[in-house]
Amino acid sequence: MSAAAETAEARTQKLEGLGTKRKRVEDARFTQGKGHYVDDIKLPGMLFGDFVRSQYGHARIKSIKKDAALALPGVVAVLTAAELKPLKLHYMPTLAGDVQAVLADEKVLFQGQEIAFVVAQDRYTAADAVELIEVEYEELPAINDPTKAMAPNAPVLRDDLAGKTEGAHGKRKHHNHIFTWEVGDAEATTSALARAEVVAKERIVYQRVHPCPLETCGCVASMDKINGHLTVWGTFQAPHAVRTVASLISGIPEHKIRIISPDIGGGFGNKVGVYPGYICSIVASIVTGVPVKWIEDRMENLLATAFARDYHMTGEIAATKEGRITALRCHVLADHGAFDACADPTKYPAGFFSICTGSYDIPVAHLTVDGVYTNKAPGGVAYRCSFRVTEASYFIERMIDVLARKLQLDPAEIRRRNLIRKEQFPYHSALGWEYDSGDYLTALDKALKTVDYAGLRDEQRRNRAAFARGETRQLMGIGVSFFTEIVGAGPIKNCDILGLGMFDSCEIRVHPTGSAIARLGTISQGQGHATTFAQILASEIGIPAANITVEEGDTDTAPYGLGTYGSRSTPVAGAATAMAGRKIRAKAQMIAAYLLEVHDDDLEWDVDRFRVKGAPERFKTMAEIAFAAYNKVPPGMEPGLEAVSYYDPPNMTYPFGAYVAVVDVEVDTGVTQIRRFYALDDCGTRINPMIIEGQVHGGLTEALAIAMGQEIAYDEFGNAKNVSLLDFFLPTAVETPVWETDHTTTPSPHHPIGAKGVGESPNVGGVSAFSNAVNDAFAHLGLVHTAMPHDHWRVWKTAKSLGLVS
Amino acid sequence: MTKMHIKLTVNGRAVETLAEPRMLLIHVLREELSLTGPHIGCDTSHCGACTVDLNGKSVKSCTVFAAQANGATILTIEGMAAADGTLHPLQEAFREHHGLQCGFCTPGMITRAYRLLQENPNPSEAEIRAGISGNLCRCTGYQNIVKAIRAAAERMSTSKEAAE
Amino acid sequence: MQSQRQAVDFGYLPRRGRIILEATGASSRPDVNSGEHSARDTPREEQKVIPAPFDYHRPRTLDEAIALLAAHDEAARIVAGGHSLIPMMKLRLAAPEHLIDLQDVAELRRIGGDGPALVIGAMTSQQEVIASALLAAKCPILRETALQIADPQVRALGTIGGNVANGDPGNDMPAVMMALDAHYRVKGPDGAREVAARDFYLGSFDTALKPGEILTAIVIPAPPEGHGYAYEKQKRKIGDYATAAAAVILTVAQGRCTAASVALTNVAPTPLFVAASGQALVGTRFETSAVAEAVRHATTLAHPAADQRGPAEFRTHVAGVMVRRAIERAKARAA
Repeated sequence: MSAAAETAEARTQKLEGLGTKRKRVEDARFTQGKGHYVDDIKLPGMLFGDFVRSQYGHARIKSIKKDAALALPGVVAVLTAAELKPLKLHYMPTLAGDVQAVLADEKVLFQGQEIAFVVAQDRYTAADAVELIEVEYEELPAINDPTKAMAPNAPVLRDDLAGKTEGAHGKRKHHNHIFTWEVGDAEATTSALARAEVVAKERIVYQRVHPCPLETCGCVASMDKINGHLTVWGTFQAPHAVRTVASLISGIPEHKIRIISPDIGGGFGNKVGVYPGYICSIVASIVTGVPVKWIEDRMENLLATAFARDYHMTGEIAATKEGRITALRCHVLADHGAFDACADPTKYPAGFFSICTGSYDIPVAHLTVDGVYTNKAPGGVAYRCSFRVTEASYFIERMIDVLARKLQLDPAEIRRRNLIRKEQFPYHSALGWEYDSGDYLTALDKALKTVDYAGLRDEQRRNRAAFARGETRQLMGIGVSFFTEIVGAGPIKNCDILGLGMFDSCEIRVHPTGSAIARLGTISQGQGHATTFAQILASEIGIPAANITVEEGDTDTAPYGLGTYGSRSTPVAGAATAMAGRKIRAKAQMIAAYLLEVHDDDLEWDVDRFRVKGAPERFKTMAEIAFAAYNKVPPGMEPGLEAVSYYDPPNMTYPFGAYVAVVDVEVDTGVTQIRRFYALDDCGTRINPMIIEGQVHGGLTEALAIAMGQEIAYDEFGNAKNVSLLDFFLPTAVETPVWETDHTTTPSPHHPIGAKGVGESPNVGGVSAFSNAVNDAFAHLGLVHTAMPHDHWRVWKTAKSLGLVS
Repeated sequence: MTKMHIKLTVNGRAVETLAEPRMLLIHVLREELSLTGPHIGCDTSHCGACTVDLNGKSVKSCTVFAAQANGATILTIEGMAAADGTLHPLQEAFREHHGLQCGFCTPGMITRAYRLLQENPNPSEAEIRAGISGNLCRCTGYQNIVKAIRAAAERMSTSKEAAE
Repeated sequence: MQSQRQAVDFGYLPRRGRIILEATGASSRPDVNSGEHSARDTPREEQKVIPAPFDYHRPRTLDEAIALLAAHDEAARIVAGGHSLIPMMKLRLAAPEHLIDLQDVAELRRIGGDGPALVIGAMTSQQEVIASALLAAKCPILRETALQIADPQVRALGTIGGNVANGDPGNDMPAVMMALDAHYRVKGPDGAREVAARDFYLGSFDTALKPGEILTAIVIPAPPEGHGYAYEKQKRKIGDYATAAAAVILTVAQGRCTAASVALTNVAPTPLFVAASGQALVGTRFETSAVAEAVRHATTLAHPAADQRGPAEFRTHVAGVMVRRAIERAKARAA
């Protein structure tokens, strides 16, 4: 069909732009085993590096015997802190303003801490060498309980911080204290609580878990001594930040460092930070002059890389007798392990936990967070959520249910009475956030109607009666969760990581024959950016998505960005993409006007072309304009068709959702069946519904794992539990239920295409829905709150404590 | 310890390599034979990312010594497509139904699904879920994987019927 | 299959061993009361996941295998399906210098009848057990149990012989064999003998196999036609060892129980045959009180370790629930 005759609709379809269920371009290589992950890299002369790790949770190192290892044929080097000290590399800065030992210096602070780095010709020899290294320890008392970290006689953990009464975030009040962070109105909150008709208080612990992506962390570091150029391929969710940090640490200038994130097998926050393995590989490559690969095992990943959560929260919520909330107070004890390696924007040592007023109109609130050191792995990171948002959401969603119990109100009803109303947006929360948009009641109504909430509660009443009569040993639970996330970090004025503002970027170049390449500062780990960002561009510049290559991850070519985590890609880089696309279109308009010999303002945009207003048969397609950009631009204009946008978002975005979980708890065994799970998400403009659905499925499955069995626990000696997949709960297809997904669409008013981001919402909303459901199953028997994970034995213990099992 | 001579038929081709007896099949495939499709995701034989088809069985290649596989016939993800590049119905179905995201579990998952459908050409949803219970995925929540396998099964039985 | 005693010296059990044994629910450690953790538990000594070096042998006959085992004595281990041994070798809990692979020993791979008994060769895989029409017809508890072991890939290679011979208290088949009153044929340099399953398990990873012996076949007296059976297993997810599991075989005539045997998995350092549970059912009509007594005997005998599946008290309770459910299901199936 000729260019003129095709309808706008047909042309729109051809673009596969916004809203299309475009199939993924990534799938071609992944389904044929041609993905390119770090461990696939094989370079000439490449050596393999591996760690000797601490047996103990807290101990002095008395000696390290390397001779037997060094004598093993094929072993090239063994690095310890002694070798790194002269280079001042035995400690490295963390993203939270602390320092972390790269190799343990005289002392180990968590089980699995790196003590020595072996470099050998292959991984088998490296493993043999690791086994030959003998470390002599003097064991010290360990702290595994953050509530004991600040006891007067608590063991000193951080000898390197001795005497330092100020940390990166202010005063330290104890040798194991890291920071106190405070926001809100203490006085108004105290007085509101004192005056309140009802106050519900509860301690809510969100257990330590781990993002556990299927691919572990790793890198290949290659120092080219001749050119003085360092290249590092690695599992980096923020390649540019890694480049800057690597330059600051190593002294190699940034223009001589190239960081490449190839295909990454899942990130979920685990791959944001810088790990000792990266530093040691770089040092080893510099020392040996050949590439050095480091790939950790699964047990190393769970033992030593960034964990998530470990937030011990106490909440007080004040309300009227009718259930209208008047105040919220929260104190958090944050367990950061041995080093504060949290990946948060600098000004937010507790991330965005202050979103803990949630989706509710709460007039006054006060929050304090105390971070402490313990003998556990350092961290933590935002595991499939924005910074500390799942902790905040879990906290408020449980507190709402606790309040509902106290008032004997239905959990959906109490939410209805307190949800922020549509007319209140943009909404200024009591803890300082401006929520951009939301239509909460519509979403709640839709969710409750779809699941027939009233019918479910009727069924539950019948079930409870039958249970009391001894006719069944199963208790039905219904969990409601209405979350608001804060994602898309973020405006430079308040969001930076180590001083790097959290903008993001897109650079586009259109080729003469009408196709294009776009490079972004983000990096997909499965989210499908190569597919979806091309869709954004296709809608902006009228070139089919299939003709747009999207690249990320190579710092030599990609514009600077802060990477992908905390659902920030669509809100920030997606915005940059749209803005860069608009710059392209603006230039294209001028070229088209010149070609058509009209004024710019005489043209209007029509899917993939500019046409003359009132004379639509006169038009120029983007393909024609692209070619003209290379030979026929207006006088005074530069040739070429390219644009770059560095986007500083004016605000975060606030995706939200209404989830309902229906469970059946078997009291005799503690086994919980997930009968039904309904998830309604509002992520604003929906770029690719197929990908959104996939993200929701995946996030809900991670939420299921966290709520129903996942944890990293430590005993009083600092021994880590659940650090292999035998015990660390990852559900199989059998444990995972069928997920029902739904949506409403409330565009973000400040985002160029109204999109909010969605990748992590399901983990945030899902955890609360599951936990509320299990708690709900026992609520009529007096249960107020039982903590996650809701694994068999804990659920049984709850049932037993309520007298339900003999 | 001295290396052994290992002979395998991999994806239809006879290959030979030298490896220590203790070398795991997954390492021989990935490092000696440069077949980096199968991946390593755990230490304890749980995740299934290393799954290959060995002598007609789905096998976790991280729990097999190359020495044990000596003489075996092996199919990996790299051998699923036809010689002329035509994708296997499973590969197409995974793309069609968004059965993958980061791609790390995908080679093992598809290779396992292949054998599952050989053994049970018309599996129910429950049978598919049980059939892939040795393959973990962190991204997809399995739902679209199950859909993809179901779709491939239908397509394969239709073309089988057409051929008969 | 050969006892692991030789490769794993309990005098110095690598620390990681405790972590893995703990994970399977075994409670036998030299310095620990069974059922409880030691006060000083598991400092992590494990480092890598790469096996130590060894020489590899693939005998063609059983006698060749036995000779190899005798020649290398404590330094040799048998590998069958490898899915118990190889994970341990990767963690260097087991580090044999010689590995003897039985995959080519054809006589170990068969399923057949021998008069009123069923004979299953030790190298028969779990997948083959599941697929066997003969076993499905004559002894269906085997198929039901095999389907609850691990996952499809592990079942493709894992053998029933390995599952019964290595003494791992987490394995499922041993309790079933005890319930069936199966016997194990073993052969060594001194010849062949038979050991009753009920006498085979001495401790965690400690069996009646003598040095140099290989378990060659399992002999099962076929349960009467119309018998009732069930293997009831609670686990955290597919692939997990049992929080607790129960095997029940029984026969019923005119509503009355004429024979019953009950055995438990993973609630002690060995599988447990609970003779008193079976006796409590015989002669009864499975009245609530009779079943309760059978359960009580089982939970009295069970002494599981506390582990990540839960405290000992919980696991014992679950054992009781599994016994009750297994009895109910077996009874429903009995013709």
